[in-house]
Parts: sequence; C-alpha cells; structure tokens
Amino acid sequence: MAMLEVTQLGISFGGLRAVDSLTMHIEKGALAGLIGPNGAGKTTVFNMLTGVYRPTDGGIRLDGENLIGKAPHDICKLGVARTFQNIRLFSKLSVLDNVKTALHNEIGYTLAESLLHLGSYRKKEREMDARALDILKVFGLDGKSRFIAANLPYGQQRKLEIARALATNPKLLLLDEPAAGMNPQETGELMETIQLVREKYGVTVLLIEHDMKLVAGICEYLYVLNFGRELAQGTPAEVLNDPEVVTAYLGE
Amino acid sequence: MKKLFSADRRDYILSFGIVIAAFAIVQAMILTGNITSSLKGQLVPICAYIVMAVSLNLTVGVLGELSLGHAGFMSVGAFTGIVVTTVLADAVPLAPLRLALAIAVGGLFAGVAGVIVGVPVLRLKGDYLAIVTLAFGQIIMNIVNVLYIGLDENGLHFSLLEQKFELAEGGKMVINGPIGVSGVSKLSTFTAGFVLVLVTLFLILNLMHSRTGRAVMSVRDNAIAAESIGISITRYKLLAFVVSAVFAGMAGALYAMNYSTVTAAKFDFNTSILVLVFVVLGGLGNIWGSVIAAALLTVLPELLRAVNDYRMLLYAILLIVMMLFNNSKLKERLLARGRKEVE
Repeated sequence: MAMLEVTQLGISFGGLRAVDSLTMHIEKGALAGLIGPNGAGKTTVFNMLTGVYRPTDGGIRLDGENLIGKAPHDICKLGVARTFQNIRLFSKLSVLDNVKTALHNEIGYTLAESLLHLGSYRKKEREMDARALDILKVFGLDGKSRFIAANLPYGQQRKLEIARALATNPKLLLLDEPAAGMNPQETGELMETIQLVREKYGVTVLLIEHDMKLVAGICEYLYVLNFGRELAQGTPAEVLNDPEVVTAYLGE
Repeated sequence: MKKLFSADRRDYILSFGIVIAAFAIVQAMILTGNITSSLKGQLVPICAYIVMAVSLNLTVGVLGELSLGHAGFMSVGAFTGIVVTTVLADAVPLAPLRLALAIAVGGLFAGVAGVIVGVPVLRLKGDYLAIVTLAFGQIIMNIVNVLYIGLDENGLHFSLLEQKFELAEGGKMVINGPIGVSGVSKLSTFTAGFVLVLVTLFLILNLMHSRTGRAVMSVRDNAIAAESIGISITRYKLLAFVVSAVFAGMAGALYAMNYSTVTAAKFDFNTSILVLVFVVLGGLGNIWGSVIAAALLTVLPELLRAVNDYRMLLYAILLIVMMLFNNSKLKERLLARGRKEVE
C-alpha cells in the first residue's frame, strides 16, 4: 500500500464542486507533482490533506491512518507538513524562532519549566537551537538566524517556510508553488535544495508548481487537475505531451 | 551571534536592576521623609497597575487579541482576596502571609473566570472579540455589584440580588452589594507590591522566552501557519488569556487591600481602558514599556498638582505628545544613535 492514499476525494462549496473524485497513490520517498491551470483546485487539495478543509466525500489515509475530520495540528503531528502559496511566516519572530516554533512537538518541556526556566529548559532550548541551525544551514540561512523573518528577501522567505515545515519532522512534505516569484537561477537552486532535502531527511514530497521546468526537472510522477477533476497522470514525459493537458494549459 | 545573545541577557539583567534601584530610591525617600503623602498613597496602586499592564500586554501584545474587559478579572481577584483575608483574619495572624494567600487565591479565581470567559470569547476574532470582552467585563462588574457575602460563626453565606441570609450574633458582612466592602484591613504595602511586580515580570518574561511563548506569538503572527506546524490555536489562545487573567486577579487583590472601602464600580470600563492606554503607550509586546508607562501615567496626575486647574488638560496633552513621540521617526533616530554610542 502506498504511503498516501487519496480515494475518490471531493469537496463542494455551496453549489461549486471544487474537487471531484480525485484518487492519488503516493509511495514513500516519491517526489510527485500536482499541476493544473489556475483555479483547478490544487491548493484546495492541499487544504484537505492538511485538515484546513473537511472533504465532503472520499478518503485520505497516511500510512493507513485516516486523516479525515482531524484538526490541522493533529494532522501535522501525524507527519504532514506544508508551505503556503502566499507566504505565511511568523513575521515578527526571528528566523531562528520561526524554526524553533516548529520544533514545538519534537522537543518539549512543561509549562512550569517555561515559567521558571528550570529543569530541562536550558538543555532543551540548546537542543532546539542546534536542530534549528542544522536545518537553516541546509537552506543557507544559518547566517541570518537573528534576522526578523519579515525583513528577509522574498526568495529566502520561501526557503524559510520550507525549513520551518521540515522542522516538524514530516513524513510527507507539501510544497505549494515553492518557486513562485523566483528568477530562473533561484528556481534552479531551489530544485537542488528540494532534492537534497528529500535525500537528507527521507521525506516524501508532493508539490504544486506552475514552473514547468521545475516540474519536469525533479518530479517523478505528475497528477494534472482541471476544473477539480483529474485530467491525466503519469511521468512528466507522458503527461506533458498529452494533447488534453496541452489544450487545458494553452487553450484551444 | 554569541555576542548578541549576551547583549540580550545584559539588557534583561540591566532592566531588572533599574526596577530594583527605583524601589530602593523610593524606599530611601520614604525613610528620609522626602515624599509627599499623596505620592506615597499612590505607590501600591502603581505596583498594581504595572502588574495589570504587563498582564494585559500578554493578551494584547503577545497574543494579539484586543481585550477591553481586563478590569473584570481585577475585580474578581480584588473581592476574592477580601473574602480570603476576612475569613483568615484569626487563623493567619501574620499580615504579609495573609496578603500573599489573598493574592494567590485572588489570582486563582480570576484564572477560573478567565477560563469561563475565554472559552466562548476566543472563538471570535478581532473587533468582535474586543466587544465581547467588554461585555464580559461589564457582566463581572454587575454581578459583584449585587453580590452579598456575610461571615458568622456558621461560615460564609452567599446570595445574589438581595441579602437572603440572616447573620448570627457577631457576624458581619464581607461584601454588601453595591455598597461594596468597608473596613478592610490595609494589608498591602509598597514592598509587597514591589515583590508582586518582580514575580510578575520574572514569570511573564520567562514565559515569552520559552516554547509556550513562541507558540502564543506564532498564533498571533499567523494562526493558519501555527496550526500547520502542530500548534493548537485554541489551547495557546486560552493559555495566554488565562495567565493574563490570573495576574490581573493578583493585581486586583493587591489593589483592594490598599483601601479601606472598595466598590465594584472601581473596576469598570474606564479602568480597563486606562490599563489599555498603558499597554499601547508602552508598546505592544514590550513588557518593560508597560512597566514604565503604568508607573509614569499613574504618577503624572500627582506631579501635575502644582497646576491644579489645568491638571487633567495637561495630562491629556502629555498623553498625546507621548503617543506621537512613540510613533515618530525622532525616537527611531535617538535609539539608533544610542545603539551606536554603546558599540
């Protein structure tokens, strides 16, 4: 059985059928892509996978465990982390604290220890610092750990979001348009980083992307959505030459 | 990076040092008789307002939710504290210990009130939340206003709306409805207030620099992202709100025990707004700012007594000037220059 099993997933907002009978099987360690024209329902799929929206029908299982009806923070604890299309950092916190916040459930201590700074507080905080800096280093952000997140340039904010998601130690990492707004060189670097992260942390990646170069360059398998329905699936070579996909993207 | 960290630490120690020095100076002034009696009377209220401002800053600055009913929790702490000291008058003859117990129980009850108010209120956001906290503040005030508590040899008697109990011989009323409380033994001292301020600062600053504090601030900065990294929004909103209420309750107990008569009307909307002014003037999320603003704005009307006729007018004008300065480029420039000189 695949690690992520999505079966006949659908959601309606009032009369609008945003996603309809979507089925996906993503194996452990895979790097898959979810593509489609604007408004195809890609982000809605992510929102259902992470518990932000509750699907109207269908099922989502991660390693056999049902995710439907669970709260977003509980789904994160089960091993799903994500980034957002419009960056959502903790803008007033430092770069380091952004990542440390994501270690909340990984390295814990009690409320009493928080209030008194006694017990394992110092040891655990140092452990958090070390782990957060390790992750930041992968993204070349360790030199900026004291910066306020909102003051980072755009490309680095995107990277910080990925770093933060990784800090939760996920099995499945969902990246929503990680290359949006990046220039070709930055996109190239990002592709390398995503592949590095996948090997180093052994995470399974599902990404939404418009940049076809990035998608074709790193994804092993693609799902194409159009008007909430699956239009095609397969390897990038198969999918990107599919006449229906070409039509959906370029119009008739 | 290491150097920066030690600078944080140095600022922290320095700030505590300044507070302790201020206390020492005021104590010296009291001992040498160099303090006006009206200012002396303000010392305990200043401490209470500092604790109020710091605790409200936890809700407004750190959690990022506007609360307009903070005086309600102060009220709960104040009247609970009074009941505790009255009941324990014979059992615990040592005044500082009785005060400490009253403050602790006052904080506890305010915390319970915080849970009761927080659970429904924190489902709302922004302006709606603010209006509902305002309403809860008024509800608390009105309940205390019609609360009758009496003490006699059979123990405590409670009733609402009217006095429905008869006190045995030698019994007395603790809280007498709208008349409030009279004949409270004045237990609060400047030293007790100062200790409460130090404890509050220590605990709240520690909390902010911990995983719990980061979780609360992450909810403030971006709730959806906080959820996505495994932080329960409801849990941390409620936690910050309740901790804030606990400290308000403790401040209330301290405040009430400084006066011989206390009525529910003292803890009304105006008091909530006054404390909110301290928080905004001191800077949202800036704990030391709250301390300074609370102390300064409580003393200011006393200092302006020399120009008695124009006192409140000047107070208002100074408030406006300080607010403008706080948001000005001039302050930024002065701060930048200060930093350069330190380096």
